[in-house]
Amino acid sequence: MSILKTSIGRRRFLKSSALTGGGLVLGFSCFVSCQTKTEEEVLAMPDEWFEMNSYLKIGDNGVVTIYTPNPEFGQNVRTSMPMLVAEELDVDWKKVIVEQAPFHAKKYGFQFTGGSRGINSRWEPLRMAGASARHMLRAAAAKQWEVPIEEISTSEGVLHHTLSDRTTSYGEMAAASVDIPVPKEIKLKEVKDFKIIGKSHKNVDAKNIVTGKPMFGLDYQAEGMLIAMIEHPPAFGMKLKWVDDAAVKAMPGIVDVVSINSFKEGYEKGGFDVNAFPELVAIVGNSTWEVMQAKKKLKVEWMPFTAKTETINGFRGKEEKHTPAGLESTTEHNARIEELASKPGKIVRKDGNPEQAFKNAAKVIERSYSAPFLAHNTMEPLNAFAHVQEDKVKIAAPIQIPNFIMPTLASSLGIELENIEMELPRMGGGFGRKAYAHYVVEAALISQKVNAPVKLIYSREDDMTNGIYRPAYQATYKAAFDENNKLTAIHIKAGGIPESPLFANRFPAGALDNYLAEEWAIDSNITIGAFRAPRSNFMAGAEQAFLDEVAEAAGEDPIQFRLDLLQRAKENPVGEENDYDAERYAGVLNLVREKSAWGNEKSNKHRGISAYFCHNSYAAHVLDMEVKDGKPMVTNVCCAIDCGIVVNPDAAINMAEGAITDGIGNAFYGELTFKEGQPEKKNFHQYRMIRMGEAPKAIEVHFVKNEIAPTGMGEPPFPPIFGAVANAIYKATGVRKYKQPFLGDKEVLG
Amino acid sequence: MAKFNLEVNGQNFDVEVDPSTPILWVLRDHLKMLGTKYGCGIAQCGACTIHLDGEAVRSCGLPISSIDKKAITTIEGISENGDSKIQKAWLQHDVPQCGYCQAGQIMSATALLKDKPSPSDEDIDIAMHGNICRCGTYSRIKAAIKTAANS
Repeated sequence: MSILKTSIGRRRFLKSSALTGGGLVLGFSCFVSCQTKTEEEVLAMPDEWFEMNSYLKIGDNGVVTIYTPNPEFGQNVRTSMPMLVAEELDVDWKKVIVEQAPFHAKKYGFQFTGGSRGINSRWEPLRMAGASARHMLRAAAAKQWEVPIEEISTSEGVLHHTLSDRTTSYGEMAAASVDIPVPKEIKLKEVKDFKIIGKSHKNVDAKNIVTGKPMFGLDYQAEGMLIAMIEHPPAFGMKLKWVDDAAVKAMPGIVDVVSINSFKEGYEKGGFDVNAFPELVAIVGNSTWEVMQAKKKLKVEWMPFTAKTETINGFRGKEEKHTPAGLESTTEHNARIEELASKPGKIVRKDGNPEQAFKNAAKVIERSYSAPFLAHNTMEPLNAFAHVQEDKVKIAAPIQIPNFIMPTLASSLGIELENIEMELPRMGGGFGRKAYAHYVVEAALISQKVNAPVKLIYSREDDMTNGIYRPAYQATYKAAFDENNKLTAIHIKAGGIPESPLFANRFPAGALDNYLAEEWAIDSNITIGAFRAPRSNFMAGAEQAFLDEVAEAAGEDPIQFRLDLLQRAKENPVGEENDYDAERYAGVLNLVREKSAWGNEKSNKHRGISAYFCHNSYAAHVLDMEVKDGKPMVTNVCCAIDCGIVVNPDAAINMAEGAITDGIGNAFYGELTFKEGQPEKKNFHQYRMIRMGEAPKAIEVHFVKNEIAPTGMGEPPFPPIFGAVANAIYKATGVRKYKQPFLGDKEVLG
Repeated sequence: MAKFNLEVNGQNFDVEVDPSTPILWVLRDHLKMLGTKYGCGIAQCGACTIHLDGEAVRSCGLPISSIDKKAITTIEGISENGDSKIQKAWLQHDVPQCGYCQAGQIMSATALLKDKPSPSDEDIDIAMHGNICRCGTYSRIKAAIKTAANS
């Protein structure tokens, strides 16, 4: 049972007057049909609304609007976050309308979509919002009926005083309840009493999606809106020299051509202000096609820039970031990687005496793994709407972290932060890319320059070549075995361009007497950023493929081998800083072993096992592969996840299926290479994406049942898939693959 | 600039645009029909899929000057109340994640079922190959197509 103090929440639960605008995209309210049947129940709107707190208002007819605080990019928090409120409020889910909250730090706190942190960070605050409103309703009924509040119970929007056989609805009591003070302490439901949480509910936006209603950033419309597109350098390491816009200005539908610089001189950037091309040219016109045609005719010259060092105020505090000059190519990247991988790195963890263990080893296995830069390739390209007037700014943009771009906007525009309003339309995919909101700053600066509302759109080519990629990584693993073929030591040396992927304290650290972890990094002017499960998305694959080889060398079953190590880590851990719970980690391995009928499979199934812990959750996959004429096909994936309490089970399964498919696609095909600073892939005819025929034929997802507060679901199932694919390829072909992409441009293996 | 008359979802519209303007942008910028999406501009991702006289085509590469008198159907027009078999099946399987590709997926799927009312897995793989789903909802899309085929 949780009794929580609401004093922190009190600031959040401002009893605001009617929210103007209310985060409606195009004045379009999402009337929710939240039942499992397909026929729509259109809710009658109330005559009057009563704001209970920032997160919910109750209509006089009992309809409830819940404001979902975090931006949506397909993780379906627009359904699961309101479920948390509705649970504690105790309303009929069919009477709930969901509206997107606008950016408003005081009311909604950190509106951050990323890091698989959404549900975990909102688990208590959203429940408190529902519970405190329920309390206020009960208190109002108690006051009106002159009975103690303890005697008032609720059931799905109805208040009861059973002793006197009186009932009333939330709708009828809402007016009186807004005058009740927000309680200082509030009791939350126990897990066993959940009626909404833990049951599958349909996506509240599904009907609108399948009927083509406008919902995305790219769909935003405003009166008098102009279209803008930017032109950025074709290569990293270059910047704007001059532009000759005379011909373009004369083209049909073109209003202006402007130059912008995303940062004021001396502005101290934050960790999400990454921007390879701060100086841009923008074409502004009446329609997208006219601007696209003009872009083709723009005369612009670029020049190499000089190296620079700047202070970045990142999440790890102030750091010095060095950006080298030059036009970089993948060939020279690979040479540099080989060079650094063969030199000593920076030691980040050492347990026992690994040097001795390797010296005395009867057998040593050494393997190197690598993976290239990846582009996020969200289906919706970058875009943003901005209308900048003298001292007032209105923005509507698909963005993961509105809180972080505000200071940059205020600085670059020269307008007070308080005067910037931001709506949060749906993102057509994020995966980390839309956390770097340079495109929002660009749209605002363009609007300011042309003094008109502007929607900035990136073409697919602009988007794919703009940077902020998943880094290129490499890792070398060594294992030492004694004369009894027992594993005695592991040595990891990992690095990347421009950062190391290594997590020194993750498994198998803690399970081995002798362990050494080193890392290295190579500076680059190619920009990088968070990509679904940063660093983990490479380390998991390398580590889990290596453990597979080690298990094989030790003559052990791969699952049992991992379980034995985890048993050691649980009973007699090495060191104190081990970043995983060995029991929960073993839990997903045991569950996947059971559910996949491991050991009982037919002989034509080639299975790869992989498991990983990241973003607070545990995931294990058994992946079955067939190879026909050298062409690999993933037939089945059986997945076990421990993410604590699962709020919306079918939606969580959808996410896991998506992460699995995404991982297979990136493992097989994902790759971005460079030649003299230029990305060699600019659109989907060059950058191969996984398609219908390549997706697994069947995916099964199983959740460990426990009462741990929800941890994370967006990222954890993604990293281990790379290892499962690698291990299945080995079983299917007898050959181990160490370099991603495993297929690349080839259709076939071998 | 030239004047064109278009039939979209059973209604007639007059527009004045450059003859090279792809139907995608006529729909989005001039008719404010925003269900059809821009994903790549080179007919590689399928987000822009519409029907031309019932046949699935990628509208991003289709200049308005080339469509003659053919009837256009967009996602907004494949049913009166969003209750076509395909849309119902999509809801039953709770297919979408981010949702951006879904209109194009539904348009391709609708055309497939018209052509092959009982498609095999291979038929589905081939017909849907041109529609990318970055979020990976392919298994649900396939299940929804099969449900619609059987209903």
